Amino acid sequence: MSHIADRIISDVGLESGVAALTTEKIEKVVTRMLKGETGAKLRAYKETCMRCGLCSQGCHYYMSHDADPSYSPVNKATETMYELMDKKGKVSPQRIYEMAQMAYTECNLCKRCAHYCPIGIDTGYIMSQVRRICYLLDVVPQYIRDTAHSHASTMNQMWVKDDEWIDSLQWQEDEARDEFPDLRIPLDKEGADIYYSVIAPEPKFRTQLIYQAAAIMNAAGVDWTMPSHPGWDNSDMCMFVGDYENMGRLKRAHYESAQKLRVKRIVMGECGHAFRSVYDMGNRWLGHKAMPVPVIHAIDFYWELINEGKIKITHQYENPVTIQDPCNIIRGRGLMDKLRDVVHFLCKEVVEMTPNREHNYCCCAGGGVINCGPPFKNTRMTGNRVKAEQLKATGVHDVVIPCHNCHGGIEDIIGYYDLKMHGKFISDIIYELMEKPEV
Amino acid sequence: MTEFYVFVTGPLAWIAFGFFILGGLYRLISMYAEARAKDVSSIAYMSWYYGLRSILVWMIPFKSMGWKSDPLMTVTTFIFHICFLLVAVFLGAHVVMWDTAFGISLPSLPSQFGDIVSFVALAGCAVFAYRRLALPHVKGVTRCQDWFALVLVALPFITGVLAYHQVGPVLLMTTLHVLSGELLIALIPFTRLSHALFVLFTRAYMGSEFGGVRHAHDW
Ligand code: SF4
Ligand code: SF4
Ligand code: SF4
Repeated sequence: MSHIADRIISDVGLESGVAALTTEKIEKVVTRMLKGETGAKLRAYKETCMRCGLCSQGCHYYMSHDADPSYSPVNKATETMYELMDKKGKVSPQRIYEMAQMAYTECNLCKRCAHYCPIGIDTGYIMSQVRRICYLLDVVPQYIRDTAHSHASTMNQMWVKDDEWIDSLQWQEDEARDEFPDLRIPLDKEGADIYYSVIAPEPKFRTQLIYQAAAIMNAAGVDWTMPSHPGWDNSDMCMFVGDYENMGRLKRAHYESAQKLRVKRIVMGECGHAFRSVYDMGNRWLGHKAMPVPVIHAIDFYWELINEGKIKITHQYENPVTIQDPCNIIRGRGLMDKLRDVVHFLCKEVVEMTPNREHNYCCCAGGGVINCGPPFKNTRMTGNRVKAEQLKATGVHDVVIPCHNCHGGIEDIIGYYDLKMHGKFISDIIYELMEKPEV
Repeated sequence: MTEFYVFVTGPLAWIAFGFFILGGLYRLISMYAEARAKDVSSIAYMSWYYGLRSILVWMIPFKSMGWKSDPLMTVTTFIFHICFLLVAVFLGAHVVMWDTAFGISLPSLPSQFGDIVSFVALAGCAVFAYRRLALPHVKGVTRCQDWFALVLVALPFITGVLAYHQVGPVLLMTTLHVLSGELLIALIPFTRLSHALFVLFTRAYMGSEFGGVRHAHDW
């Protein structure tokens, strides 16, 4: 059995954070956290866990490391949260480094292990609370910390300035009008049916996705809008960092910008973690049991358009494809059937990975792990060999991936294991196949 | 010795049941109060339907991914718990006890069968011990408390079998058997065995989250 102490990775955020720690400070923060924020749920988990180890096989890290017990969910909980609880926070700063590395980079919070634990223990929740403690101790990997800072300062993940945002949208509108002369990206349209929100990497790096979304909205005749003001970014790294204060600010801004425009619904682009933050985490922090503005994921939206006959395609996608089930919208929101309906509508042949649907393995990018940046890339690559095997076994070259994080993670895995595959968003395929006006 | 036996089967038994019932109530109520105070955003999502659904599904062997992943453990867990309940409630001698102490009359197991069931339960304990010793992913997370709980459960079976087969002085063995049984009962709320009290709630909560919020199966 390996030990986290033997695989410490140098990260400036973790190092400088730990350098500023004292055992007293750790004790104080842990006590404050355990007394103030966590409650019976965590205590019951710790006490009720029978240390049976059944959860081990649920975790792709464990499976990918040839059943190394160090990566099993129960061990991760034991070496971090349970130890902090047992020792009442009396641990050394170096131990916090190890715990932070474990919690931020060796768990994707994907909750697959939940399918394996008879007791019903939610290791994802436990690891989130470890991260919360590490955040309060200021021991956070540098890259994700940076992103969270960007959220806190600009209300978006990528430090996109307010005018740059509007600029990007208008630029895409302009481009698209060559192809679709009537196309508009309506900004701040009050009372629209749909408010379309994206994650900040879309205007920054993947602007063509906004183009494609506009093309689809245009072709389907949807009454839609995008906001010109902050709140447009639905992504949420603060949630993964454990910075719940800023997570709350982000979610409130997102909901409020939609409320300001009195729209009927929010449709979110193809991202999983952003969706988690509105139905699972941010909403609870804000005290919303139901969402104040109905929010649906792009899969849901495309499914509706297809069922209402609003998406017309000229032909089906010829090459066989496989489907990545993103945890946050499948195990997280039950969209597996709709995802399949949409993909089968668009594509001739679908080769499923096994296991799939809510039992699918995480891409190993999720839970903010990919956002911890280059120092931890190998953690993700070696930590998810099972995904590479799963992908390879399908024998196809195209993977439909309706989640930004999964895209990053799977493209990396494809490269690392030389699988010669390529990821596609659903909107990539719809755009490719849809009827376009002849210009 | 006889006086001690009378004490053990009399007042001490009541004390043990007292610990179990009052202690159990105390643990459940205080846990619930803490949840009301600090886990509001979780309690809000508790659902009878999904909670019960999850409990029922997990009572079916090999239905969930977890039960499928480790057949030895699955078979052992189910058989052990069934045997435990059978012996605790329906063993001939226990049925007599229920009747004399509480006036509850229950059908009793044929004594031969009760004997077999006890051995099977012990075999279950042996498998649990084997897992803790031999499987790296279980060994690594096993602590003294886990061994303590296992010994606590195994002792009444060991002494019971010895007493029944009249190995060693019968009165002594019987007294030890009753003592270990009482220890077990009294300590359920305060050891790892408290999973007997809490597992329904953790399971129901996971079921509610998965069913009601996440719209997915939790098995
Ligand atoms: S990565 Fe997923 S399966 Fe592994 S411990 Fe974390 S939540 Fe569980
Ligand atoms: S399966 Fe559940 S009870 Fe067993 S060790 Fe894992 S978390 Fe604990
Ligand atoms: S990135 Fe995708 S697969 Fe990975 S955790 Fe998120 S949703 Fe799951």
